[in-house]
Amino acid sequence: MRFDTVIIGGGLTGMLAGITLQKAGQKTAIISTGQNALHFFSGSFESIKEPSQRIVELFAEAGVRLHYSPGVRLLPLGTFKESALALEDVDIFPTPKFARKVLIVNFSGYHDFFTSFLADGLEKQGMTCRLRFLSLPELETLQQSPSEMRSVQIARVMDRVWEKVVQEVRVLLKDEDAVVLPQVFGLQDTSVPGRIRQGIPAHVVFAGTLPPSVPGIRTLILLKQRYQLLGGTYLMGDEVIRAHTHEGVVHSVATRNLDNHYIEAANFILSTGGYFSKGLISNPFQVLEPVFGLDVEYKEDRNQWYNPTFKEDQPYMHFGVKADENLHALKDGKPLENLFVAGSILGGNRPEFGFAAGQCIKTALFAADQILKK
Amino acid sequence: MKLQEYTSSRHNFEECMKCTVCTAYCPVLQANPLYPGPKQAGPDGERLRLKAPYFFNQALKYCLNCKRCEVACPSGVNVADLIQSARIKYDTTPPKLRDRMLASTDFMGSLARPVAPVVNAVTGLGVTKTVLDATLKIDRHREFPKYSSRSFERWLKRRRKEQTVFPEQVAYFHGCYVNYNYPQLGKDLVKVLNALGVGVQLLEKEKCCGIALITNGMSGQARKNANHNVAQLRQAVLDKGLKVLTTSSTCALTIRDEYPNLLGVDNADVRESVLLATRFIFEKLEKGASLKFKSGYHRKIAYHTPCHLERMGWGIFSEKLLQMIPGVEFTLLDSNCCGISGTYGFKKENYEVSQAIGEPLFAQIRSVNPEVVACDCETCKWQIEMSTGYTVMNPISILAEAIED
Repeated sequence: MRFDTVIIGGGLTGMLAGITLQKAGQKTAIISTGQNALHFFSGSFESIKEPSQRIVELFAEAGVRLHYSPGVRLLPLGTFKESALALEDVDIFPTPKFARKVLIVNFSGYHDFFTSFLADGLEKQGMTCRLRFLSLPELETLQQSPSEMRSVQIARVMDRVWEKVVQEVRVLLKDEDAVVLPQVFGLQDTSVPGRIRQGIPAHVVFAGTLPPSVPGIRTLILLKQRYQLLGGTYLMGDEVIRAHTHEGVVHSVATRNLDNHYIEAANFILSTGGYFSKGLISNPFQVLEPVFGLDVEYKEDRNQWYNPTFKEDQPYMHFGVKADENLHALKDGKPLENLFVAGSILGGNRPEFGFAAGQCIKTALFAADQILKK
Repeated sequence: MKLQEYTSSRHNFEECMKCTVCTAYCPVLQANPLYPGPKQAGPDGERLRLKAPYFFNQALKYCLNCKRCEVACPSGVNVADLIQSARIKYDTTPPKLRDRMLASTDFMGSLARPVAPVVNAVTGLGVTKTVLDATLKIDRHREFPKYSSRSFERWLKRRRKEQTVFPEQVAYFHGCYVNYNYPQLGKDLVKVLNALGVGVQLLEKEKCCGIALITNGMSGQARKNANHNVAQLRQAVLDKGLKVLTTSSTCALTIRDEYPNLLGVDNADVRESVLLATRFIFEKLEKGASLKFKSGYHRKIAYHTPCHLERMGWGIFSEKLLQMIPGVEFTLLDSNCCGISGTYGFKKENYEVSQAIGEPLFAQIRSVNPEVVACDCETCKWQIEMSTGYTVMNPISILAEAIED
């Protein structure tokens, strides 16, 4: 099978690159080994500090609404972090003290939302907190299997019964001017977070839970739909096992599922992610890129891979695949002229593109632009 | 030290990093609170089962074996294989009479075929359904697939000579459904392949691929079928140099993947030669072969990727093939399980869960409102036809309808 561009890695980077290329009339395919890091997405693109019409529009076309308002956002354990660009249901406040009194509400039996930590953190900022639990009959069946009472399971129920949450919270609410709820709303029905905000007469803040991330999965569903509507081919659950490269040009790749049916393309984008997604793998001696065997920037001395103080910045997080100024992948020091690397696989190699989700967006657009410029 | 015995397992068990992604994609977990979910039933439970079989949980029977957890897993853990292997290894409950009947598709088929009109009339009666529901716990809502008086094997054997004329030859693993219930699909395949200059042969003697035996706790019989079929495949592939095609995505997955992974039957020397017919045809057309399509053909088609085809990653061939047909208006349906999963949905205790699982797919079909739904799986066909009223056709039948006679 032949495409204009084949994208290896179907997470945020791969889908944004794919959407951009499909919009420009290219025929593309995305090959994805299972699900991706959007399942751990905070909902905020931290490293993007400046407003960008292009990014906001690209997401809006897929039905993902972003807002730009520099400030701080609330983290799941009650601390705050600088942010400017985020999903619409992820609040960014001018200062950490976003209210006087806060009502923190969780569902009975749900263990992936840390209300006490949140309360401690908010009280440190001078806010008074009250914790309450909601019991909804619709959630009782989930509790039969407590190990599986997770964000997504709750979110599926909430798409149907969110109005009950509004009613119950209105009853619980006394003189608080803000309510904190777990981020379990709007998985399929994207209007739910907005309607909850409208229905509760206080500022409603959705705070992060343990994975899977509901806003992340929602973003993934919408981006994937957009990519497929534009005619993109998404190969889910497949893995590139071999690449055929000749004199600095990648010709085709072989995958586990399609065995001897090679996928050919004029250009390739490698966006297989970091360690979690196995875009990078390590053994006791080195850090490797498994698909093409690209050059990886890392420290030779293994003792320098990590900082023994857990909370400190960890050097291994900055290791990544080497690329030239146009993001052509480097192998044995030489660029492969039709292979671009984008997303978390770059690690900290290219600070000008930012980090994490912000890096994914910027490198995805940059790589797609390079291909379209050719 | 028995360390190895207590800690290691197959199916990439050690790769699980407890990320919970699989739980978001399990269709059963969304509909049946009695099911512990793929992470718990798979790698988490396996860790305990390795310590003591006591930890085996009967609720694993609720797993559909749709393998969506495996498609979703970012770490390559074969979650469904872990679950099904545990059922094979630890579940000692003998299968019920009903489960034996549902699982023995070729035995039941050979019994019913000679008296097909009678069987069809009787199984279609409301009173029969009520009796089966009450006695055997086969849900009364289900339509039994009709049996055909003439088997596909018999039809093709009569045409053996005319098939040998074609310069290129393939073998066809037709499966129980084509042989006993719906020979037309086999005939459609023969028509399309003949139009491409390819003749069709039968294997000397195929047996049911065995998937229903595996899921109904009859793995011993399944292994016998697997050994028999692999020997047959070797004859076709190694001795005669043929590719072996199927029109059922589940037969293909079972022969290629379940044989080695669940039943321990080595098929390495023939695996790559067992192909879904749509893949074979796509590859022929890609290499320059051509089909003559009727002019003025028009069909609004919504394509549903069966779970097992999703797991194989070959849905793309059926999709692209349908999109090549002039006059086809194509919609790719979201990847969702239809809920039937072979014999699972026929059981009374699973009926409601089965329908709840399928509802998002049914709703999407209703909103797309196609002329036909295309799908490579016979049991998805029964489920979608029963639940939505839309006609479901195998992509091969659509192709046969679209090409000139």
